[in-house]
Order: sequence, then structure tokens, then C-alpha cells
Amino acid sequence: MEKRVTFSRSTIGILFAVPQLLLIFTFFYWPAGQAVYWSLTLQQPWGGGNIWVGLDNFRSILSNADYWNSITASLIFAAISTGLAMVIALVLAALTDRQLAGSWLYRVVLIWPYGIAAPALALAFRFILAPEAGFMAVVNRVWPGFWDPGLDGADAMASIIVAFSWKYVGYNFIFFLAAFQAIPRSLMEAAAMDGSGVLRRFWDIQFPLITPTIFFLLVINITESFQDSFGIVDIMTSGGPANATNLMVYKIYSDGFKGLDYSGAAAQSIILMVLIVALTIVQFRFIERRVHYR
Amino acid sequence: MVERTPFLNFFTHLILFAGFVFCVAPFAIVAIAASHNLKDVNDVPMSLLPGSDFWVNIKTAWVTADLGPKLLNSFIMAFGVAAGKVIISALTAFSLVYFRYPGRMLIFWLIFITLMLPLEVRIVPTYAVVANVLEPYQTILDLTGLSWLIEKVSGVRVSMSLGLLNSYSGLILPLVATATGTFLYRQFFLTVPDELTEAARMDGAGPLRFFIDVLLPLSRNNMAALGTIMFLWAWNQYLWPLLITTDQSHAMAVTELKQLIPNVGGAPEWHIAMAGTLIIMVPPMIVVVLMQRWFVRGLIATEK
Repeated sequence: MEKRVTFSRSTIGILFAVPQLLLIFTFFYWPAGQAVYWSLTLQQPWGGGNIWVGLDNFRSILSNADYWNSITASLIFAAISTGLAMVIALVLAALTDRQLAGSWLYRVVLIWPYGIAAPALALAFRFILAPEAGFMAVVNRVWPGFWDPGLDGADAMASIIVAFSWKYVGYNFIFFLAAFQAIPRSLMEAAAMDGSGVLRRFWDIQFPLITPTIFFLLVINITESFQDSFGIVDIMTSGGPANATNLMVYKIYSDGFKGLDYSGAAAQSIILMVLIVALTIVQFRFIERRVHYR
Repeated sequence: MVERTPFLNFFTHLILFAGFVFCVAPFAIVAIAASHNLKDVNDVPMSLLPGSDFWVNIKTAWVTADLGPKLLNSFIMAFGVAAGKVIISALTAFSLVYFRYPGRMLIFWLIFITLMLPLEVRIVPTYAVVANVLEPYQTILDLTGLSWLIEKVSGVRVSMSLGLLNSYSGLILPLVATATGTFLYRQFFLTVPDELTEAARMDGAGPLRFFIDVLLPLSRNNMAALGTIMFLWAWNQYLWPLLITTDQSHAMAVTELKQLIPNVGGAPEWHIAMAGTLIIMVPPMIVVVLMQRWFVRGLIATEK
């Protein structure tokens, strides 16, 4: 869509865009280019600039078992937490959309978790799920040794998944509810007149009409699970025990800033960037399809 | 709804109530744990009746993590990011929508691409840039031979350097450098009727006057929505402040949480940790509750 009426002084027009362009050049394009450069070179240990090593950094990363472990952990985390957060949010939104008495309360409250900083909720969940105090300790009294995120990788993974899903249920809920409310009431009422029950109406009318939202949230949730997980991992598990929760962004951080391996971290960043861009392209294709729907 | 379904209604209420408990329980547990003393908070199971040490714990957490200045820093940073976004995105969107100049589509795509790659994935090189923001320009001058030329002509050696580590601008600027708000404004500007522009031009208003007197007042709702979202987003940033602020005087409240985690082997001071968590949770919660309308609107509008 374009404006019919515009201003003719193009110099002023460009000037308006200059601050943004300066910012994204300095803090986006330059660093992104730098990451590509670093990923293809190796820094000398005693200074003296970088030497060109081609794809060696990628080769050494991709042949490293730790890295594959990190990818696997990220994918498990993304799959389970996205699934949990979306299914719970979908059920809650569908039920809130039935607009029974008191549904305004849920509309207000269910959004709250999304406002909380990931590290703050991580600390809260670290207490709630602590093996010696808090609430999982009760379970440990009954079955000693059942739950210990500090020692058992699966337990640690479960705790970061719970914390992340808790936050994103609220986020997904907002979008699902908006999508449900955009469906014309008359459609639902006509279906009800024809004798379809609540479940049939859900599967045959509501669910098909919100599929674009589902795809959209799927992509957003997966990309967020790569980024927003950093605070949760750092506070709850620090990537442990035995790298069981060493997700990709956390590994970039610890290799780059603790291990000071800039080239390796840059190569990992490039792989993550490619992954996220691929996901975003998929998302845009679905957004195109959504335009066709209407 | 349209028919009577008493059983289903009962289950609807039941499930929604479970969802409500699921969302509120962590808040409640944090608040209750923050009111216990050391012994009670480590009871298994912890008592769900509030204890009496709430204010004592809040005060201890406040002093231990030195939260006063940290909260102030968080506020400055979050306001800075929100204000920067609201202003710069409006300027850019105005330029993209209301002018026709060569390279406009290129600029559009250059900005659009920044939506794809969040700060977290390009964190290492961005850190290097912030350590010396003028480095890109220095490199460009060196590579194009301009700095050699300047040195020959004026005898001055060009070496620019400006470090932004441990400064508010270093914290804020990289977070502003994405496209989130630009497209929100763009969508809105495209819906502003052309007649308004025509009328303004007829009355002799130039682009600047039209922008300030017509467009900005019209986009007040957008500003509120974008400002709310960006404030929360900036307040909740963790990785970036953690890297940039090595100096305590610029540390953020959220990054201080780590100091409150009870050490292995030390006394399990969960009541203090939870009191600190509560203090850090409260400001964004107030924003969410008070600005709920703008928050929801901003979320849905910025992501589409």
C-alpha cells in the first residue's frame, strides 16, 4: 500500500530516516558482518590479528559432541515448552471465549506472567522446585531422591521447561483470545442453530479459522525459546548438570565470554542466525497465506 | 453463549480456575515465602500462611543486593529504550510513508531485516562494537584510504575511539536499534486519510509541521502501546546488561538477582531471595496492570 499524497522535499525525507539508519548500521549490520568475519578467521593467541581459516571453525564446532549436545538440548527444550505453552493457552483461551460469568477475570489475570522478567520467574521457580525446601521437597520426602535438578539432567531440563512455559502461556493466551474474538458470533450461532455442539463447533469452525495464529505463535515460541531462555538457564541451572541444559545461546555466551573463544562463538552465532532466519521465512510464508484467507 | 450446557459450563469454570491458580500461585508463593523467617521458609512443606517477617526480609534483600540504585538504573534504562523507540521509529516511519526518494525501498528492507535477528544471537560482536562505537567508522576510513588522505593533507592522525561499556548509552542504544516500532507506526500512518495531508499542504504546512501538528497527536495511542511494550521489554533484559555493566554503579536490578541465590553450603536464605524477587517483579507488574489495554494492544500490533 502506498500513499497517494506525499511531500516532495526528499532531502528532508531522508534526514528523517538517518538516526535509525545510523543505529542499525552501528549496532546491527556491523556486528553481524563482524560475526561472519570472525567465524571465518582465527584470532592469534598472542595478538597480531586474525588469520583466515575458511570453514575450519564451523568444522570444529560441528564435529564437537558438546555442540551437538547443546543443539539437542535446545530442540528438546523448544519442542516441549512450545507444545506445553501453546496447548494450555489454547484450552484456556477457547474456554474464556465462551464468555461465561467471570471470564473478564481470566482475561485480566492470565496475562500477568508475561510481564515478569525471565530471571525473576526463574528464581521463583528455582525455589518452588528446589529439592530440599519448597514444594518438590514434599515429593522427595515420600520418594527420597525422586527429584534433584542439581544432579539429574532430566529434572533440570524439566524445571527450565516449566518456568519458560509458565511465562509464555500468558503470551499465547493473548493472541489466541484475540483470534477467537475475531470470529464472527453469527457464524457460531448459525452453527448452533443447525444443531452442532460446542466441541463440533470448535473443531469445524474455530480451529480452522485460528490456524494462521497457531502457525504464527509456533514460530514465535520456538524463536523465543532460543533467546528468552538465557535468563532462565543462567539463574536456574547455569547450563548444568553435566551440560544437560546448556542451550545454544547459553553456550555462545559461555564460550565467547568465559572461554574467550570469539571465533567459535561467532561460528555458533552464525548457525543460530541461519536457523532463526529460516524459521522467520517459514513464518512469512504463512503470513502470506493468512492474507489469502480473508 | 447460545445454548444451555450446564455440565460443560461447570468444567469450563473448573479448568479456567485451575489455569487461574496456575498463573497466580507462583506470585503468591513468592510473596508468602518472602514473609517467613529462615526456619519457616525451609519447612517441608512450607506453611502457606504468611509469616510476620515480610518487611524485615524486604529490607534485608534491599540492602544485600543494593537494590535502590539498581532499580533507578533499571528505570533509566527502560525509559531510555522506550523513549528512544517511540521517537526514532516515528521519524523513520514518517520518512518511509510520506516521501518518495530513490533508495526508499532499500531502506525499508534494511530496517525490515533487523526484525529477524535479535540481540541475543549477535551478542559477541555487538559487545565489541560497544567497547568502541566508532570502530566501524574508523575501519571504513582506513579501508577506503581516507584516513591516509586526511593524515597527508592535515597532518592529523585519525584514530577515533569512544567506549560505551558501563554507560547508559551503551546499554540503551543497541536495544533501540531494531525495527519493532517502525512497522507499528507505518501501519498506522498508512491508515491516516490522505485528505488530512492535502488539507495541511493547502494551508501551507511543510512536512515538519504536518508531522508535529497532525501525525504525532493522532498517533498517541500507538505511542502508549509501543512505550508500554518497550518499557517492559527493556526492564526484563538480562543478557545484555549482564555483559555491558561490569561496574556496579551501572548494574541493573534484574542482573542483581543472581547475587540473591542461596549458595550451596551456605544458609538457605530463600526468604531473602524471594523478597528480592518480589521487589523486582513489582514494577513491571504495576505497568502491566495499569497499562493493560495498551500492553495487549501493543503486543498484538508489534508482532504482526
